[in-house]
Amino acid sequence: MENHAVAVEMRNITKRFGPILANDKTSLTIRRGEILALLGENGSGKTTLMNMLSGIYFPDEGEIRIDGKEVVIRSPKDAFALGIGMIHQHFKLVDVLSATENIVLGLSEKLDLEAAAKKIAKICETYGFDVDPKQKIYDMSVSQKQTVEIVKVLYRGADILILDEPTAVLTPQEADKLFAVLRNMRDDGKAIVIITHKMHEVESLSDRVAVLRHGQFVGELITAETNAQEMTNMMVGHATTLNIVRPEPVNPKPRVEVKGLTVRSEDGILKLDDVSFTAYSGEILGIAGISGSGQKELLEAIAGLQPAEKGSVCYVEDDGRREQLLGRDPLKIQEMGVALSFVPEDRLGMGLVGNMDLTDNMMLRSFRRGNSLFTDRKRPRKVAENVVHELEVSTPSIATPVRRLSGGNVQKVLVGREITSAPTVLLTAYAVRGLDINSSYIIYDLINRQKKQNVAVIYVGEDLDVLVELADRILVLCGGKVSGIVDGRATNKRELGLMMTRIGGGAHE
Amino acid sequence: MSKSTTQEPLFHISKRGALPWYAAWGIRGIALLAALVLCSLITVLVTGENPFKVYVTIFEGSFGSPRRVWVLLQNIAILLCVSLAVTPAFRMRFWNIGGEGQMLVGGLATAACMICLAGVLPNWMVIVVMILASMAAGAIWGAIPAICKAKWNTNETLFTLMMNYVATQLVAFFIIIWEVPKGAGKIGIINQATEIGWLPVVGGQKYLLNVIIVAVICMAMYVYLNYSKHGYEIAVVGESERTARYVGIKVDRVIVRTMILSGALCGVAGMLLVGGTDHTLTTTITASRGFTAVMVSWLAKFNPIGMIFTSFLLVFLQRGAGEISTSFGLNQSFADILTGIILFFIIGSEFFISYKLNFRHGAKKEG
Repeated sequence: MENHAVAVEMRNITKRFGPILANDKTSLTIRRGEILALLGENGSGKTTLMNMLSGIYFPDEGEIRIDGKEVVIRSPKDAFALGIGMIHQHFKLVDVLSATENIVLGLSEKLDLEAAAKKIAKICETYGFDVDPKQKIYDMSVSQKQTVEIVKVLYRGADILILDEPTAVLTPQEADKLFAVLRNMRDDGKAIVIITHKMHEVESLSDRVAVLRHGQFVGELITAETNAQEMTNMMVGHATTLNIVRPEPVNPKPRVEVKGLTVRSEDGILKLDDVSFTAYSGEILGIAGISGSGQKELLEAIAGLQPAEKGSVCYVEDDGRREQLLGRDPLKIQEMGVALSFVPEDRLGMGLVGNMDLTDNMMLRSFRRGNSLFTDRKRPRKVAENVVHELEVSTPSIATPVRRLSGGNVQKVLVGREITSAPTVLLTAYAVRGLDINSSYIIYDLINRQKKQNVAVIYVGEDLDVLVELADRILVLCGGKVSGIVDGRATNKRELGLMMTRIGGGAHE
Repeated sequence: MSKSTTQEPLFHISKRGALPWYAAWGIRGIALLAALVLCSLITVLVTGENPFKVYVTIFEGSFGSPRRVWVLLQNIAILLCVSLAVTPAFRMRFWNIGGEGQMLVGGLATAACMICLAGVLPNWMVIVVMILASMAAGAIWGAIPAICKAKWNTNETLFTLMMNYVATQLVAFFIIIWEVPKGAGKIGIINQATEIGWLPVVGGQKYLLNVIIVAVICMAMYVYLNYSKHGYEIAVVGESERTARYVGIKVDRVIVRTMILSGALCGVAGMLLVGGTDHTLTTTITASRGFTAVMVSWLAKFNPIGMIFTSFLLVFLQRGAGEISTSFGLNQSFADILTGIILFFIIGSEFFISYKLNFRHGAKKEG
């Protein structure tokens, strides 16, 4: 790698949130003409560090130099003035406005949409973006919205770009397109920082890798000279194995039978269209699809949370007896003796209560037990202690509100509670979203253990690399329809990606 | 860093972690002191009175004589009762600001029993019917907005507020029907001679029974909210309706049930006012306690035990304000200004409990 000019130098940056040290004398160098991957476990301080660079937080200590000059970044406005732009995980766009209107929003220059559209077209041409300046945001796909966010930052003259987990919401094809654009920008001399958990992205995209651990800078690697194993070890601080095991299903029996399931949202939009499949015991059925293709509705319909227009969802007992689940609420399903566990996508908004402590969260499903008017907190406290112990949840105590825990630990608490009830069916939605490698592997392991105990696991995932390694069969959803069900051992990412965008995945029109 | 040409901002705001309880109360104490200092300054500048004399007078307003202490306790009891009543709804994030109306219909039901059942039933039975009727009336007044919220997702804040006006008009209507003497436009003391329907005097103190009843309600509410299954359901529904549905809690049922409880307790507060102390009914008998209760409950973060202190504080300030306006010949508005300043500081101090200001270079000194 030839010598690139240093764009940003962060030196001994410290940031505290109350008693928590998010960044501890962290130093980081960002160079022009280079893509830097920022790696680290959850809570290692990556996003906090970048937020300080983009003016959202202000560091307690330390200094930031841009092009060798010391600067003070008080607000996102200051950051923009210095050419720093950040693309967040959650887009900040106004739905009813067009791409151009969103891009010029908040700028103090004279409002001239024509001229702005021209400038936008030029930016798109330079880097190979595909944006229609007149298109409204609500008409756009997730990847188009992301493109608008990137163009917005470039329009403001940013030449130091920070992307926080940009591919979490993209299909592999869309991610490839994004990477091509990022490479173009790099070749144009821009400095790019990308925060990601996906090792293969780090390997294929970045030039250099910086690793943070517990808020401290651990080291830097040249991507070409390292591998996923070495990076993970550095991130975690000890040697790890990066293999997902996939035991053969033992004696699989039909457990959940979905037939002709059709679901409409409250506004009458067709969310699931004639979906049929069977999930077997001792098997992991993966569900793939672009986000919003009906995954949420499917799991919620099985869990008794989503009314359906047509179809049936049957729980099949070992002796072949069938129980209709559709039209029953979660309490009824529980009372019927069906041990169904559900790890929803929205952990703190649905699976757990953020302001309650671990004990109170453990009793969410079981608090009704017994005839007493009063709650029994002894048993839940034990369960909480067990979960903390067995899943190595890092928490100050079981009396800590779960919203204070990091993402990985929140998920461990939720999964821990759901498997404590010894389920026969386990539904999981994006079980490892936002989790670092180490936590992700703990979750995979937990799911595999359930599989070995003959649980029928339905695993909705977004990381196709994981799905092909973990799932026995993969059902691909496309616009609410079943695009196909494939053998997890015989398929690959490409095939799934195509099936996600076109029914059946056929390349021919 | 000090040599840099661009300046670090004078201060920036950051979130605190959990503060230990003594630090939080320390901040509140400082806020109260600061409020008193500011009040003193304003008193001297505007009225020329000695601020310390003013403070002594405020204190005397509540503690000047045994009678004043009992009035203080009585006022705290009623305010606390309404505050306790609205709290389960608030914990459920159901903004019941209809305490006023629920109290009024409770009082109306009490007055109706006292007037219509006098001589029909023995006194003890009148009181029993009175208690049940006031609870039922309040419960109905609370249940109507709750059912509409559960069924059609109406806005509970507006709905409960509107119900207040309906209650006021209803009371006005019945006052005309029951007015004594005819044409007086008011009811006067009900059953003054027979004392039928008057709550019994306990321990020789007119207000003691009210205080005892509310103390019991307070403890019961604390246990109900923190240790009962209902209380747990209320907390889950309040935090997230989606979580509640996810674990099979019937959200609609919890909303209606909790509002029935909330309304019934407001009804009891109305009954304590009409049957226990005032023995009459007017449209303004509640003295806006239904609204003050919102503040009591919020200031105590919906904790029944904390509400003993916050209701004390508000009543204490109110009584003190009344006292200085009479002793110093200042008008009531000046007293309200002082009350306003004190409340502003106390509520404002919550900001400093959740957040902290980092002044320039301040972080380094902390080390």
